[in-house]
Amino acid sequence: MRKFWIVFLHTYLSRVKTKGYIISSAIFLLIICGIFYVPDIIERFSGDSEDPVVAVIDETENQQLYEALSTSADGYQPMLFDGNEEEAKQAVENEEYEGLLVLSQSEQNLPQAVFYGMQLMNSTSDDIEAQLQQIKVAQAATQAGVDEATIQEIYTPVSFEREALDKEAKTEEELAGSYGLVYILVFALYMSVIVYGMMIATDITNEKSSRVMEILISSSSPVGQMFAKILAIGMMGLTQVALITVAVYTMIQIRGEELGGGFIDFIGIANASPVTLTFALIFFILGYFLYATICAGLGSVVSRMEDVQQLVSPVIFLVMGAFFLSIYGLSSPDSPIIVVASYIPFFTPMIMFLRIGMLGVPAWEIALSIAILVAAILLIAWVAAKVYRGGVLMYGKGGSFKQLKEALKLSGNIKK
Amino acid sequence: MLELKDVTKRFGSHTAVDQLTLSIPEGEIFGFLGANGAGKTTTFRMILNLLENTEGEIFWQGKKITYDQSNEIGYLPEERGLYPKLTVKDQLVYLAKLRGMAKADSVKALKRWLERFNITEYENKKVEELSKGNQQKIQFISAVLHNPRLLILDEPFSGLDPVNVEMLKQAVIELKQAGTSIIFSSHRMEHVEELCRFLCIMKHGSPVVEGDLVEIKRSFRKKNIIIAADYDLTFLKETAGVVKYQETQQGCKLQIASSEDAETVWRQLTEKGFVRKFEVEEPTLNDIFIEKAGESYA
Repeated sequence: MRKFWIVFLHTYLSRVKTKGYIISSAIFLLIICGIFYVPDIIERFSGDSEDPVVAVIDETENQQLYEALSTSADGYQPMLFDGNEEEAKQAVENEEYEGLLVLSQSEQNLPQAVFYGMQLMNSTSDDIEAQLQQIKVAQAATQAGVDEATIQEIYTPVSFEREALDKEAKTEEELAGSYGLVYILVFALYMSVIVYGMMIATDITNEKSSRVMEILISSSSPVGQMFAKILAIGMMGLTQVALITVAVYTMIQIRGEELGGGFIDFIGIANASPVTLTFALIFFILGYFLYATICAGLGSVVSRMEDVQQLVSPVIFLVMGAFFLSIYGLSSPDSPIIVVASYIPFFTPMIMFLRIGMLGVPAWEIALSIAILVAAILLIAWVAAKVYRGGVLMYGKGGSFKQLKEALKLSGNIKK
Repeated sequence: MLELKDVTKRFGSHTAVDQLTLSIPEGEIFGFLGANGAGKTTTFRMILNLLENTEGEIFWQGKKITYDQSNEIGYLPEERGLYPKLTVKDQLVYLAKLRGMAKADSVKALKRWLERFNITEYENKKVEELSKGNQQKIQFISAVLHNPRLLILDEPFSGLDPVNVEMLKQAVIELKQAGTSIIFSSHRMEHVEELCRFLCIMKHGSPVVEGDLVEIKRSFRKKNIIIAADYDLTFLKETAGVVKYQETQQGCKLQIASSEDAETVWRQLTEKGFVRKFEVEEPTLNDIFIEKAGESYA
């Protein structure tokens, strides 16, 4: 057991001290701090420019359309143009105006317009179109003899409220909170499996290709070393997660007041219940162990760095599958595919957490999926340990799955 | 004392080591020889707990060998391996820790060894920056740093220049004098002759020669004769009892079936004329090795 901690500490410290780790952690922290200043930055950019000016040529009687537009204009400034259409277009091309709006009356006596801008994609023209639409409806209604009050009534949105009868169902606030959290966790799990899983596999292959492995495994049991490494790199991942959590918490303390509730809600942490957060941690750790153990077993059978990628790629595809499935699941967490997937151990950490976060899932379902997941981890750890014992003594080329079989065979010859 | 009793190792239908019984006395250097693929590395791996023996038992100091005793064992594998990115010091301290040595002790010991091998300036250099010969010295230190009672050296001198070979050889002899049991494997027979009192030659997984080097030589009936003469000696090829004839600068070297045949050769020679040199020699270990481990080795 002492040697287990020696390997653990050595792996952990030698990883944490590397430039790569320090730099990547620093970048993460910078990005997080940056996110909290995004609203400020957006404001600075948009605050600088004034509303764009649009030249208007109104061909209607008494320029009544222009009057109607300018009283309710928002986000742009209409300005009557003194001159003909050609001159106005020239002015737009000279960038004196954002665009040219030619207003006229249709045969039915309803407003119609042509917008000349430099590009077709133009947010100002969308604003104008929406505004004209309202003016048109109002005019058409008046023509049909409907009074103002009725029109107001027509435009009022329907009153529609959702009430969940299931006691375990999430409230709207909780849902908003867990949506962000589920998204973050699913993404974090996806990233850490790929980054840390790969790290474990390459770490082991490295020791094999440098041939130091033979000395290591003659000093202490190989299986103990494998688990020490998995734990050490997991710990290193958790260190990074802890750093990020502290950074987010600090930033909320500093910036929370200024940014107001909306922004924090958007990240989704403020409203997440402690239960959801606990499940996030549980599934993160279990998911990590599941995939890390597979990677350790695979890393032990190859002896060249080039072969690691090849052998680990099916695992990466599996994680990607889980990731895309959960993106789908975010929009329909109650679909049968998602329910079934939440019991498949490779998908459980992401999908079951998604279901817990988005819906009320009965306790027995959660317990069952965790039980299956833990059983799968134990089974995989047992197989990986067997593969590892044989794998570390194998030196051949190629990263095929035939190697796994060979490692298992050789493992039968090895001391337990 | 290390004892192997009827140790057998099979990989599927292939038998790598067959009924091997050996005892390696304390404070001795035991030569463990054999052609490539004779089962040497497999035997080492069984002693080191890396492989489970199919049959038989291995005892160290009277106890069955397990990972509990790994602190008392040092290993220099034939395939050298160190962490290329770690410094000499970090590397040696870590490996010594894995053998149960406290950090302070290992730092002291490694300074002593670096000094002894004249490489103190590399203490904080990465291993990959070192020359091959110096890496080899570090590898040797990693095997002996924790004062093992049992030391397995697999080809310890390969790739070293004569000065460094001498330096490491002295270190090995001192370790032996300090009471370490050493298993020494090499293809260089002159090193084995120089260092080992007991030895064993493996062939196809079982020993073909085993015991005290002096007795092995004595019981090997074939002898060598060195002859220097100024006339053609090729007629000796036909002489009864001559097994091998090899021309040399001065005359020839003969291998004869037994010492009695030396007389026949002598009589035939004196009939021909003056002999400047006639010397009957004990066989070299090289002769014995080629004879016993032969065939597959040539």
